[in-house]
Amino acid sequence: MAKQVLSGNEAFAYGVRLARPQVVSAYPITPQTIVVEKLSEFVEDGSLKSEFIHVESEHSALSCAMGASSVGARAFTATSSQGLLYMAECLPYAAGGRFPIVMMNANRSTALPWNIYGDQRDSLSQLDSGWIQAYAENAQEALDLALMSFYIAEHKKVSTPFMANLDGFILTHTYEVVDIPTQEQADEFLPKFETENKMSLTEPKNLGFSAGPDTNIFFKYKEHVGILNAKEAIDEAERKFEKIFGRSYTGLTESYKTEDAEYILVTLGSISGLVKEIVDKLREKGEKVGLLRIRYMRPFPNEEIAKALKNAKSAAVLEKDISFGNEGAVYTNVNSALQKAGINIPVSNYIGGLGGRNISAEEIESIFDDLKTEESAVRFIGIGGEADGSQRKNA
Amino acid sequence: MAVSAKTLDKTEYFYGHKACAGCGGSLAVRVALKVLGQNAVAVIPAGCMSAVGFNYPQLCFGNNAIISTFAGTASMLTGVEAGLRAQGITDFHAVGFAGDGGTADIGLQALSGAIDRNDDILYICYDNEAYMNTGIQKSSLTPFGAKTTTTPAGKNIHGNLKQKKNMFEIVAAHGIPYAATASVGYINDFMRKVEKAKNIKGTKYIHVLAPCPTGWGIKTDETVESAKEVVDCGLWYLAEFENGEFTLNHRPKEFTPVENYLKTQSRFRHLTEEDIEIIKRSRDAKWEYINKNFN
Repeated sequence: MAKQVLSGNEAFAYGVRLARPQVVSAYPITPQTIVVEKLSEFVEDGSLKSEFIHVESEHSALSCAMGASSVGARAFTATSSQGLLYMAECLPYAAGGRFPIVMMNANRSTALPWNIYGDQRDSLSQLDSGWIQAYAENAQEALDLALMSFYIAEHKKVSTPFMANLDGFILTHTYEVVDIPTQEQADEFLPKFETENKMSLTEPKNLGFSAGPDTNIFFKYKEHVGILNAKEAIDEAERKFEKIFGRSYTGLTESYKTEDAEYILVTLGSISGLVKEIVDKLREKGEKVGLLRIRYMRPFPNEEIAKALKNAKSAAVLEKDISFGNEGAVYTNVNSALQKAGINIPVSNYIGGLGGRNISAEEIESIFDDLKTEESAVRFIGIGGEADGSQRKNA
Repeated sequence: MAVSAKTLDKTEYFYGHKACAGCGGSLAVRVALKVLGQNAVAVIPAGCMSAVGFNYPQLCFGNNAIISTFAGTASMLTGVEAGLRAQGITDFHAVGFAGDGGTADIGLQALSGAIDRNDDILYICYDNEAYMNTGIQKSSLTPFGAKTTTTPAGKNIHGNLKQKKNMFEIVAAHGIPYAATASVGYINDFMRKVEKAKNIKGTKYIHVLAPCPTGWGIKTDETVESAKEVVDCGLWYLAEFENGEFTLNHRPKEFTPVENYLKTQSRFRHLTEEDIEIIKRSRDAKWEYINKNFN
């Protein structure tokens, strides 16, 4: 292993190189560009033996990746925001075709108004597309996720495309010290991509077909089971990963001081680092607070959330997303997990960071303060507005 | 040995499908696959050929085949080609079969990208001159005057007011290694062009006119005759583009009357003499251009 100072994008690119994708198709979009630039450099210097396809759009980027995957090649692409939305037709297509493509998405706001900075509305709007969705916290996790994503996506029981999300700029462009595994270690970890779900010259197949009302639901059910199976594959990947690389991960969620916590903040992505600091600070003052970081939005960690929150007095979901006309999508999902488990505690929703607006330490502290009131509310943070359109009473 | 009806592969690669009787598109696909052989890997977008050929569990291709998104024929072909090559596999032909809408409208961007990269693929556009699969709507390859469900022929407007988009020369303008026009009415010419494209590296494009009895309003046994007549009357032409030059392959000694071609089809039945004059004038202008610029 070698330590280097890398941005989140660069770290992810190193992880992709270690996975030896055979086809990389990509179209540039801020703040994803550095990943594809780095991969192009790797192809140029010979350290990555990959067909690098300069497609003319994101729709073609994923369409091309599907073509490659449909003949059994390991394929990678990367995008962000408008690009993700432009390729949206291809997302359920890849999932329905059971093509285990890996895609990095640099989380970025979606127009209008135009904005290149980070929030998670792009990927969360695609929760139902059939892709595994992971959210990295830091550059090391980004690199490790890049390598693990192929293992999980290509797992025989899964065969589902994988979207690895990195917060735009905050993670994609921030430099941290990152451990880069050796190629030998990576090869030991990641087996060669093998699948029967491919067109082959020795066994010709017709793929991507139509299935009418009588049979369609069977294919959709199998697709659902495939993504559910990812939970087991993630566990398997992480155990193998720890054995080889010595770094451990904790599956669909990461619990930070939640065991005895009365008040728990649930969030995802890079903001978790700051929340951990606040948790430590408040713990020093004797407050029983904790963080539950969602690492995977699909498959969704229903059991993990219920387990972590069952003894809390109240909880809040902090997310860089709003499903207009309702509430944050993560909040809806978390409430569903609690309701199914029969856990009836007040849960609030804090919507912030839209269009890259900073979420401050003070704002996170004030969320923990709010939790003590043990009320349920949906709030936009930092603007004094309630999500029902009214002004906040105590703002 | 040059490919001909006599030497053509007896194996059927596209059969058991539910295309309409007399379908020109399915004839083009069937014949092209016989020329390309077992190792053709076909990409077919949403459209007639995928709708008639890929209904689970009735899958009608004997070779490898996959449906792409409507806009994604060329980009998926690129991925198929790159994916196989990356695995050291080289004895295959990546071939796309897309209709006129899938090519000249929604799929044009991806096609342009593939030609620009000079990906080693063969793209065949079977042109039946409207969105037939969705029920005969106008595409940018619908000819002037044709009645479709979105260009109805009434008192005020006599069908489609636009001229057919010039796909052949748009493709050629990319500097593509090989492009050709063809017609299922001149099947030997079409087969020869597929055979030629098979052996050329880089991007190849063949635009084959393929009548649709359902959409054109002709009898199901008139497909080949119409596809011949359109060439004989000068409204379509057989040509190639290679090494930066256009070559005309077939020059009718004298055009047969345009009226004979138009009047057999119900989509043109409403045309007035003035409309037909416009069609003739645009045909003559086209041939003037061809005579000046094509070998």
